[in-house]
Amino acid sequence: MWGRRQGRLRTLACGVEELRRRRREREAALRKARREQQLVSKRLLREDAPEETGGQSAAVLLGEAEVQQFLRLAQRGTDEKEREKALVSLRRGLQHPDTQQTFIRLEGSMRTLVGLLTSNRALLQLEAARCLHELSHSEQSAVAEACLPATSYLLTYLSGHSSDFIELCLYTLGNLIVESEAVRKQLLPQGIVPAFAACIQSPHVAVLEALGYALSQLLQAKEAPEKIIPSILDSSLPQQMLRLMGPGPKLNLGVAMEFAWCLHYIICSQVNNAVLLTHGALPTLVLLLVDLAGAVQRTDDVGLELLACPVVRCLSNLLTEVPAEAMGQQMELRDERLVAALFIFLQFFLQKQPALLPEGLWLLNNLTANSPTFCTSLLSLNLIEPLLQLLPLSNVVCMLVLTVLCNVVEKGPAYCQRLWPGPLLSCLLNTLALSDTDVVGQSLELLQLLFLYQPEAAHAFLQQSGLQALEKHQEETQLHDRIHALRQTTAILG
Amino acid sequence: MLLPPALYSRLAGEPGAAEPLPVERNPAAGEAPFRYAPRPVRFPRDHEFFEDMLTQVSETPEKSMVPEFTCQVAGCCQVFAAIEDYQHHYHMMHGNTCSFCNRAFPSGHLLDVHILEWHDSLFQILAQRQDMYQCLVESCPEKFKTSQDRKDHMVRLHLYPADFRFDKPKTNRGPAMPAAADTAARALRDDSDAMEVCLEPAAPPPCRRTYSHRIPSTVCFGQGAARGFKSTKKKNKHH
Repeated sequence: MWGRRQGRLRTLACGVEELRRRRREREAALRKARREQQLVSKRLLREDAPEETGGQSAAVLLGEAEVQQFLRLAQRGTDEKEREKALVSLRRGLQHPDTQQTFIRLEGSMRTLVGLLTSNRALLQLEAARCLHELSHSEQSAVAEACLPATSYLLTYLSGHSSDFIELCLYTLGNLIVESEAVRKQLLPQGIVPAFAACIQSPHVAVLEALGYALSQLLQAKEAPEKIIPSILDSSLPQQMLRLMGPGPKLNLGVAMEFAWCLHYIICSQVNNAVLLTHGALPTLVLLLVDLAGAVQRTDDVGLELLACPVVRCLSNLLTEVPAEAMGQQMELRDERLVAALFIFLQFFLQKQPALLPEGLWLLNNLTANSPTFCTSLLSLNLIEPLLQLLPLSNVVCMLVLTVLCNVVEKGPAYCQRLWPGPLLSCLLNTLALSDTDVVGQSLELLQLLFLYQPEAAHAFLQQSGLQALEKHQEETQLHDRIHALRQTTAILG
Repeated sequence: MLLPPALYSRLAGEPGAAEPLPVERNPAAGEAPFRYAPRPVRFPRDHEFFEDMLTQVSETPEKSMVPEFTCQVAGCCQVFAAIEDYQHHYHMMHGNTCSFCNRAFPSGHLLDVHILEWHDSLFQILAQRQDMYQCLVESCPEKFKTSQDRKDHMVRLHLYPADFRFDKPKTNRGPAMPAAADTAARALRDDSDAMEVCLEPAAPPPCRRTYSHRIPSTVCFGQGAARGFKSTKKKNKHH
């Protein structure tokens, strides 16, 4: 269902640093353009199997006269089959962008379509909804706004019992929501949040997936933090979303994925995450990640990272809402299975989608920053060496790994003794050879802490020509003072 | 990245963790020019740190085609060749149906409002004393003195269309329509009226009985019975 970007792994080499910098700048420019242009993703449900259209695209360009003819036939055909056939032809035409433009410019066309949507013939109604769905897939805001007269009916139908129809209405609403602020402005007073809160109690998986999609589109609106998320947090949606993400026999990965993304958009908007904490978001997310890590072993589930990714983001941002002194009080934040699960996912990301590694390491930083428990778990579960194996992957990964190691080392001599002797020092000598200023700076911080709590390390550093490694950077303005101070430290301790 | 084998059994083990090692911080740590301090990091929406995850077009499952069959609800002659179409028809046309006039509504809320306003003989009396016209937006608790006041509210506050097709005010003065007028009124309605099943009061047109009448065993329904006031129905019989 979800596409993904293939990351590329390269070992670091000084000669390609310039190429890498240019690539980073290019990618940053692309992301900036994507955000500024508000490029959006939509979903399309289509009934036509390729065989039905002889393997060719079903989209047909219709002229104004043809559109009028099909609408007239749909309204007053001789029998229901003829009327339905006219709507099917119209729907196929509406797959073509030019036909969409023709349709919305035709006076009275949307009124007629809404009339059919609310007619007393169920199959005409269904076919009219499919026409609306094709219109909602347009990339033109004018087409979405032409659908404004239909939104109150789409919302009303969410209260019905026809699950396929509800699903279709939800995908249509989701597409309209993401395309037009005018649509969103109309849907809020029409009651979309309470309608979604009622809909989320449906027993139908397809309905829940569609609802998750529509809700995530609403949550990604640029005005969501001010105008949408507060009312969602006031509704029963957060509790229901967490219920659907709870691990157990009833967990549906597709549904959980949709609502995990919704939760991510709510949390990173930083409106009032305390509400989510009181609803038990942290325990639910911890248990879900632990459960998913077990799934990594049991199945080679395609797309598992699409659920793990938002869960990691939710957990990591939520952890910043927990006061440092409270980190040791919550049971889930003293459960080292979470660390085990996270490392299983780091390995999984490394294999499937390496670009997600920094996000997993970000969570590891947030777990270890104020938690002696998790730092101890890294040591007792022998996870330092796997962590060190990630250092060569990229500067971003290297920086994050060094930060996690700093979190462990700064806790004091009891922690450093568990690191010594070991491969840490030789790895740090390698990172000192890199040219990235931030990476070298963080290496210096880590060395200073290590020497402070484990003086033998300073001695070994001198023996392994550590001072020569420092000389390479002493002209660097940002590093000069720390290099000088580190020299003094080694002179005293070494 | 090689993980220790014991990690997997730990994942499957009991919650909890070993007692943390003691924390003893040296005051010299973090002294200038060093500045490291452990710090959780928060990323807001749209931060570049987040990798983009894109969606693709999804496909709907194939319809279940079966030999043609007819809807079994009394008086309904619709014919279907796909179970999904029949299920949709049943839910939309027979799921929220008024037992008095056979009008179908898209939601239970609209059906409840309809029954109250059209078929409850006490409604008009109560409406003279208190606000009785319930807002049609299900999540809105407001009630109004007249159906026009309700319409104004729905248009102004909820941005509903002025011609919302599921809001048809009752035009007759009496609490119940005479049978003859009811038949005449029904005959005047055209197909574009909001969801109604037009049951012919006279002999129905002959259904072609050559179709199979068995409902496929895979079809299942939720709410099936038409809802109404039994006691009021009894009263109507005496008129």
